[in-house]
Amino acid sequence: MSVFVHKESRVIIQGFTGQHATFHAEESMQNGTTVVGGVTPGKGGQEHLGLPVFDTVHQAVAETGADVSGIFVPPPFAADAIMEALEAGIGVVVVIADGIPVQDMVKVKRYAADKKAIIIGPNTPGIITPDACKVGIMPSHIYTPGRIGVVSRSGTLNYEAVQQMSELGMGQTTSVGIGGDPVNGTDFVTVLRAFEDDPETEAVIMIGEIGGPQEVDAARWAKENMSKPVVGFVAGVSAPPGRRMGHAGAIISGESDTANAKMDLMEELGVHVVRNPALIGATAKRVFT
Amino acid sequence: MNIHEYQTKELLRGYGVAVPDGRVAHNVDNAATIAEELGGERWVVKAQIHAGGRGKGGGVKVASSLDEVRQFTDELIGMQLVTPQTGTEGRLVQRVLVEQACDIKKEYYLGMVIDRATQRITVIASASGGMNIEEVAKSDPDRVIREPVDPAIGLAGFQCRKIAARIGLRGKQINEAAKLMQALYKCFREKDALLAEINPLAEVNDGKFMALDAKMSFDSNAMYRRPTITELRDFDEEDTKEVEASAHGLNYIALDGNVGCIVNGAGLAMATMDAISFHGGKPANFLDVGGGASPEKVGNAFRIVLQDPNVKIILVNIFAGINRCDWIAEGLVQAMRDQDINVPIVVRLAGTNVEKGGPILDASGFPFIMADNLDDAATKVMATLEASA
Repeated sequence: MSVFVHKESRVIIQGFTGQHATFHAEESMQNGTTVVGGVTPGKGGQEHLGLPVFDTVHQAVAETGADVSGIFVPPPFAADAIMEALEAGIGVVVVIADGIPVQDMVKVKRYAADKKAIIIGPNTPGIITPDACKVGIMPSHIYTPGRIGVVSRSGTLNYEAVQQMSELGMGQTTSVGIGGDPVNGTDFVTVLRAFEDDPETEAVIMIGEIGGPQEVDAARWAKENMSKPVVGFVAGVSAPPGRRMGHAGAIISGESDTANAKMDLMEELGVHVVRNPALIGATAKRVFT
Repeated sequence: MNIHEYQTKELLRGYGVAVPDGRVAHNVDNAATIAEELGGERWVVKAQIHAGGRGKGGGVKVASSLDEVRQFTDELIGMQLVTPQTGTEGRLVQRVLVEQACDIKKEYYLGMVIDRATQRITVIASASGGMNIEEVAKSDPDRVIREPVDPAIGLAGFQCRKIAARIGLRGKQINEAAKLMQALYKCFREKDALLAEINPLAEVNDGKFMALDAKMSFDSNAMYRRPTITELRDFDEEDTKEVEASAHGLNYIALDGNVGCIVNGAGLAMATMDAISFHGGKPANFLDVGGGASPEKVGNAFRIVLQDPNVKIILVNIFAGINRCDWIAEGLVQAMRDQDINVPIVVRLAGTNVEKGGPILDASGFPFIMADNLDDAATKVMATLEASA
C-alpha cells in the first residue's frame, strides 16, 4: 500500500488549463498517475490534454468519480478552491500555491473541521507514491518504490533526502510535503499516523524546520503510538531569530522554535535525529537495516 | 511586514482604540512645535525604529519642558539605537514620536497572534503589562491568559468579558476592555495582521484604557488586498541588499559569515547553511533563487551575494525540480564572464537536466570546483577556505 494517494486514485486538477498545471499534469500522467479531468471556471465543456474540463469541482466529481484534487490556482483564489473541493467530497486535496494569506487558511481549517478530507499543503511540492500517483511539482524520476515513508515541510530538502536514500538503495512508499506555511492542512502527526497504519511502510523520515511546535508534537505522538522507527532532521540550525527564512512558517519566534531545541526534544522522545543534513540517507540506512 | 509605532497608533485610533495625543517629528523644531501644540507639562519622546526593546536601549525619554523635548529629540534623531533586537550595530533613528505623557494607574498586556498550535487567531492578555510577555509566560504562566477565536463566529463578547475578568478587571472596566478587544480584533481581521500587541495597555486616571505602546505586523502574502497598509512600508528599516534581492524575485537574508550561498528552495537553503556550519564554517547569507530560475536570476544572485565584502567563497547548491540544471549552469558561466568574480566557487548540481549542466560548466574553462553531493560540497568549501587562508 501507500498513504493518501495510490494507483487507484482518480485525480483532477483545479486551475487545469494554466501553464504550470498543464506541465505538471502531463508529467504526472507520464509517470503513472490517473488524471481524469480538471476544473477551470468558465471553460467547462472544453477538452485539455485529451481530458474533460469542468466549471465546478462538483461537476467534475459527478462525471469522473475523482477522489483527489491538485490545486494549481493562484494564492488569492486558493482558499476558495480548497473549500470547493472539500464541499464536493474530494478526499485528498493537494495545495501547491505558495503565498496564500494566513487568515484565509485559518478559515479553511475551520471549514475542514467537520470534513474527513486530508488537505496537503499549501506551499508544498505535493505528494507522490512512486510509479503510482503523483500530485504536485516534484521531479518524479528521483523517487523509487520502496518501504520508507518520507514527510517534510520543505520541497527541495525532500528531494535532497530522497536522492540520498536512492544512492543507498532505499525507496519510498509515499513522500508527503506538508508545506512551509504556518497554518497548514495536514500536520506531521496525521502523516505519521498514516505511515504507522500502512503495512508496507517500515520506517519514516521526518524533515522539519524552524518555527512552530509541529515536529516536537509529532515526536511525542510517535513515542506513544508508533512501532516504526523515525529518523528526523530540523533545518535552520544556523538561522537567525526573528527572520522569515523563505517559508512563511520558517521563523524563530521563541526559544522552542529553534532547530536545536526541537532536535534535542525529538531525540529525548526517541527519534533518531540527524544533525548533518548531508547524512539523512546514511542515518536512515544505519537505523533501518 | 512591520510598521512603526506611530503608524500603528494612527491605525488603531481609527478603530476607536484610545492612544495618547501625539505626532511624529523629523527634527528638533518640528518636535518642539508638536509638544507646544499638544500642550501639557510632560511629554514622551520615542525613537521610531521597527525593533522592539527601545526603552532598554535609551530610545524613550520623558521630557518636562520644551527645552527637554528639543534636547531629547536632538539626541535621538541620527543616533544608532541599540536594543536587544537590533544587533550590536543598532538602527538609525530618523524620526521620533512626541506624545503627551499621562498618569498611569496600572499596566496590562493585550495581544493577538495567529497561534500555530491552535491554528487560530488567539487573544493573549495579562495583568503583567509593560514586560516581555514571553518572559512572563515562562516565569509565571498563570498570569498569561490565552483565548482562541473561532473564525466562523469571530471574537465573541463573552470571551472578551471572560478575558477581562481573568486579568482582574471589575465593573465597568470589563465592558470598556471588551470594547477595546473587539476593536483590536476588527483591525487584525480587516488588515490581515499576523501580530498585534498593546504593551502596556494602561489604565489611566479616569479609569479608561489607553494604548501606550502598540506594535503590529502584517501578512506580506495578503498585502495585495491591503493597499493602505502597503503604503506604510518603510524601506529605510530594511536591508538594501534584501530589498534589491526581492525586486529580482530572490529571497536573501544577510548573515555574518564568509561562505556565500546560492541555493534553490528555502529548506535546502537552510540545510546548506547547516551543512556548512556542521563542518565548522559560517554562512554569509541565506539565498533562495526560487523555482524556474533563469540564467539572469542566477547572475543577480551572484551580484547580491558579492556585495557582501566578507564573502570569501561561494557555494552553489541546486536541486532542480521545476528548475533546470542546464539553465543554472548557463547562468553561472554568464556571471563569470560578466562580473569580476575573484572568489572560488563550489558547485553542486542535482535533479532535472543534471546531465546537461556539468558539461556546460566544464566547457566554459572557468575553475568551478565541482561537488558530487551536499557533504562533498561542504567538505570542499572548507578545504578550499583552509588552503587559501
